[in-house]
Amino acid sequence: MLTYKFVSKYLHIDMTVHARRDVFQAIADPTRREILNMIAYQSLNLNAIAEKFDVSRPAISQHIKILTECGLVIIREQGRERYCEVQAQKLTEVADWLEPFRKLWEHRFSKLDTLLVKMQSTKKTKKR
Amino acid sequence: MTSKNQIKIVAEQGKQELYIYREFDAPREAVYRAFVEPELVVQWLGPLNMKMKIEKYDIRTGGSYRYIHTDGQGNEYAFNGVVHEATAPERVIQTFEFEGLPERGHVSLDTALFEPLPNNRTRLVMHSVFRSLMARDGMVMSGMEQGLGEGFARLDELLAVQVQ
Repeated sequence: MLTYKFVSKYLHIDMTVHARRDVFQAIADPTRREILNMIAYQSLNLNAIAEKFDVSRPAISQHIKILTECGLVIIREQGRERYCEVQAQKLTEVADWLEPFRKLWEHRFSKLDTLLVKMQSTKKTKKR
Repeated sequence: MTSKNQIKIVAEQGKQELYIYREFDAPREAVYRAFVEPELVVQWLGPLNMKMKIEKYDIRTGGSYRYIHTDGQGNEYAFNGVVHEATAPERVIQTFEFEGLPERGHVSLDTALFEPLPNNRTRLVMHSVFRSLMARDGMVMSGMEQGLGEGFARLDELLAVQVQ
């Protein structure tokens, strides 16, 4: 149910805000998210990225192509090497880019609410 | 579930910091306890569909902590930090590091303030300062990865249908 709500919310936004679809499409794929995580802290060349995956090098190139098309990754040429650099800024330009992070914390805090109610009632029982 | 206690997250563009605000219908002594006692924190800090295992959780001035979130596929995400200051029931100041990054040292400084409100309520302010903008944005992105892996998997399928 929660998943359904989450997805329908995204699809709604997806259909209304077109500029957003590209970036979310880019990060909806787990391999692309993993690539982004890998290069979030250090630029890597294509070979270094491809080495860490079981899928073929052309498949990884295709993922990187999608990421560059969405503006999330730029390729910098250094000598013969082509380095992939993340453009996290692009993600922050998207309205509500925090939404999944917010959901994570909403989930935690709603559990904390439940715990706090439990703690209060235990305390009252003890007093009596 | 009532939704009056809305979460507010502030992550301004270009700033290497992040704020999370939330109110609770409980006195700050209780909220503070839920943050610092291992047997309580384990009941709420784990992301959706993950198990949380505490290796060490000594939230006192000079103390330290390490815990691990495990997802359904057995992937482990470990976090650790040291406690700069823990003053009950007001605040906890600690470092935070996700061990799954390609290199060590991307630590944030996290402050949690527990502010008393009328009627035995509490306002929580969580403030994180990261070493770089990339580290902050990376943290928020890892929230997507860990918290909503399943949601994204479904979204993947739906997007695939849309594209066809």
